[in-house]
Amino acid sequence: MNKITIELLTGIFVLIGIAAFTWLAVSIAGASFTEQPGYTLEARFTSISGLREGAVIEGAGVRIGTVSRIDFDPDSFEAIVFLRINEGVPVQEDAIASVRTQGIIGEKYINIVPGGFDELLGDGDELYETESAISLEELVSRYIFSSED
Amino acid sequence: MIKTISNLGSYVLDGIEQIGRTFNLLLIILWKILQPPYQIFPIIKQVYFIGARSMTVIIISGVTIGMVLGLQFYNTLERFGSVGVLGSAVALSIIRELGPVMTALMVVGRAGSAICAELGIMRITEQVDALECMAISPDKYLVAPKLVGGVISVPLLNFVFNVVAIGGGYFVGVVLFGVSEGSYVNGMIDSVLWSDVRLGLVKSLIFGLLITLICCAKGFYLHLSKYGSQGAEGVSRATTDAVVISSVSVLLCDFIIGALMS
Repeated sequence: MNKITIELLTGIFVLIGIAAFTWLAVSIAGASFTEQPGYTLEARFTSISGLREGAVIEGAGVRIGTVSRIDFDPDSFEAIVFLRINEGVPVQEDAIASVRTQGIIGEKYINIVPGGFDELLGDGDELYETESAISLEELVSRYIFSSED
Repeated sequence: MIKTISNLGSYVLDGIEQIGRTFNLLLIILWKILQPPYQIFPIIKQVYFIGARSMTVIIISGVTIGMVLGLQFYNTLERFGSVGVLGSAVALSIIRELGPVMTALMVVGRAGSAICAELGIMRITEQVDALECMAISPDKYLVAPKLVGGVISVPLLNFVFNVVAIGGGYFVGVVLFGVSEGSYVNGMIDSVLWSDVRLGLVKSLIFGLLITLICCAKGFYLHLSKYGSQGAEGVSRATTDAVVISSVSVLLCDFIIGALMS
């Protein structure tokens, strides 16, 4: 087989491979190489157990953003979650962010309930109203220990 | 008694020597790749041989594995009434585990054995020595393009495998068993994260390097083998060893990378 044919077939193979990779990365995994337009909010939670980076942020059940980063604050012993909200989605100052679970054993996500204030949050602002992950075990143990007296 | 113990010792020493030689070869190649003259066409030829010509077998095995997964997951999930997660179950198991491993095993079988036999025959017919006489570095001229070709081809083949296998699962789940198309596709999109695709990418890059390295080293250092290099028999033994060792190390490495990265 001559040189030109080999080069052509190799080129076709590489193109098919790259196309397959791009399809997987962009439309299945939802990776975007240019950051989606939007803004980042900060929220502090006492417990986010089970929430992962890349988790979905929902408003009224619709996907409105993703969790971009999770940090730990050693001073207050709290989790700092960076919420990347899509452009055009308003989040009021008194909106409530809570860690919820999809179904009983599903993945953790963040649900945002809108507030009533007129002031909207912008890039880098902090969301003060948060509800941490509900732990079934904690609820059960609270019930057991409160019924003792 | 003493003979048995010393036999055991010689096996262990031989194994360690082979591992050492293999990594030594890797270091030599990495050093020599950086130095000019750079050869592009030999690499293209290896990408063609390892990658482009493996497309048929990868596509066939991908469709088959995807269909088998679709069928088995459907039967299992149906008992729990949760066929809705069929898409994510198929996609996650393929992207994270089966894609990289099956691709690597297919490439070992199709190209790895050929690489080892080619280098082994060149070694026993003294063609490698002839290259050295002409002041052509045989590791750079013979081994380096194969190694680079393997590292480029295996990840690309892996992604082709993933896409085709997801298609196979789609065919069985949606077309044959009537799972709703939306729950298959959107379940997949929701549950597969970039980190899953990245895990598959890292795995297939490492497997590509590992299998070509082992197959090259087995053939290239045939004359240093413990059993000697008695003609065709030596080549056949080296080729068998290369296929077995690289397949086993792919499986072992798969577990180690999976444990380290998740």
